[in-house]
Amino acid sequence: MERRSTPYALLGPGLFWLAVFFAIPLFFMAIVSLESGSLDEGFALTWEFQNYSDALSNFDAQFIRSFVYAGIATVLCFLIAYPLAYAIAFRGGKYKNALLLAVIAPFFTTYLIRTIAWQTILGDGSPAVDVLQFIGVIADDGRVLDTAGSVIAGLTYNFLPFMILPIYASLESIDKRLIEASKDLYANSRTSFLKITLPLSAPGVIAGTLLTFIPAVGDYINAEFLGGPGQAMIGNVIQSQYLVIKDYPVAAALSFVLMAVILVMVLLYIKFAGSESLMGDEEGTKP
Amino acid sequence: MKGAWTWLKDHAVVLYAAFAIAYMLIPIAVIAVFSFNDPEGKFNFTWSGFTFEHWTNAFGIEELNDALSTSLQLAAIATVGATVLGTLIALALVRYEFFGRRAANLLIVVPMATPEVVIGASLLSMFVYAGVVTGFATLIVAHVMFCIGFVVVVVRSRLIGFDRSIEEAAADLGASPLTTFRTVTLPLLAPGLIAAALLAFVLSLDDFVISAFNSGQTVTFPIFIFGASQRGIPVEVNVLATILFLLSIAGMVLVVWQQRRAERMAAMRPTSS
Repeated sequence: MERRSTPYALLGPGLFWLAVFFAIPLFFMAIVSLESGSLDEGFALTWEFQNYSDALSNFDAQFIRSFVYAGIATVLCFLIAYPLAYAIAFRGGKYKNALLLAVIAPFFTTYLIRTIAWQTILGDGSPAVDVLQFIGVIADDGRVLDTAGSVIAGLTYNFLPFMILPIYASLESIDKRLIEASKDLYANSRTSFLKITLPLSAPGVIAGTLLTFIPAVGDYINAEFLGGPGQAMIGNVIQSQYLVIKDYPVAAALSFVLMAVILVMVLLYIKFAGSESLMGDEEGTKP
Repeated sequence: MKGAWTWLKDHAVVLYAAFAIAYMLIPIAVIAVFSFNDPEGKFNFTWSGFTFEHWTNAFGIEELNDALSTSLQLAAIATVGATVLGTLIALALVRYEFFGRRAANLLIVVPMATPEVVIGASLLSMFVYAGVVTGFATLIVAHVMFCIGFVVVVVRSRLIGFDRSIEEAAADLGASPLTTFRTVTLPLLAPGLIAAALLAFVLSLDDFVISAFNSGQTVTFPIFIFGASQRGIPVEVNVLATILFLLSIAGMVLVVWQQRRAERMAAMRPTSS
């Protein structure tokens, strides 16, 4: 059983699948992104690097908007998730599992249906919008739907568990005796939070930030259902270029730029924290 | 007054968490409530009356049933595929030292860190290039692919806490490697495998973006909903979503209960140290 070829035999089928259906398609996308032509006449590889500059200059607004929306949503997710994860990890007591279930449960409803539920909640004339109009957050005839606010709210909601779970996992694995020790050494709760809890939960925060930000940047469902044409994100552009307009080269170039920007971020992260920690290995290294 | 202020300070984080949980549950409540709605037009956005009609007619829309059954079949096949492939990878990563570990890790992490729209588009690029007609088969391929990484993460965390002395004991007692795997390793790994399989199943059932690119003429549950959203989603979708929600809660409670039971059984064993 313990032969040197064993790990490769175990890895083989799965990694083969990932290589053939994840890595190689990226290579094909790279080729398509350098083609020119149209759906009717067919596409040919002409090393059309202009696709990239066209993609960037025509859709720079959507690119920037995607990163801004995803950035704001990630910060909001952190602000909601950290205290929530903290409360469950340190104050949950015997209800810890039940609370965790309550937090994860909503995300077992289909993503699209959840987003459409927000469309109902934030729709014109809904009770929530009436309240916002009444207290003056928005104008009396103001709308929530089809604004940047509703798209960011949708992104925040939909990617929240990706922030909560890693933060919870890292808070949960903190040795409580360290906090007690800091109290014994006369640290007040504020100091012991800032010096012990927060730094020790940093891996969870970093993982959560990436796991929230990355899917949020590429998302197009929230902008589709909760935003108008003025809120289109880069995902919407890629989707419509690919599936509606069928300009494959431009769509591929856009995907590639998005992928490249995100890959650089992930590689920086791996350099910073190690790829193993992104996969929850720090749990395993604990005694 | 001072007492109230101290209490508030002490419980601020708990109150905040309560609000956060309420916020997270609001859309679910809305979905469930609107499954009893009796909409006047085609769109189920405003409340116009209570009815059980759509609950009794839950499986009355043929297109919707077909889409749901396609999704369930797809999720079942993808779950089996991804759980087998992912578990083998996790075993290799946890139990062996080998050359190329970093590359293997990268190939597992990067797909999870890639926007779905890019995964969907690149896979379609390859299928178009290779002249493959997209449909149910390409959906299986895609779903297995994006589920593998999540299976690896879950099974791996279970394997790390695995007491290998039991396997050694089995071997000492003359069990062949295969018998040891079947009668010792697999049963002890079961809770992790069930959790991983459930996660894969849910991810597959929920996927819209990657499927939208690679489904061809095949209609899954999310693809049906997306199509219907243009012309009015039938209330039955809310009913089925509520049923699926309740079933997944039941499934999760079952897994937690199972894991507790496994831990209790493990605790009864004398420890080696």
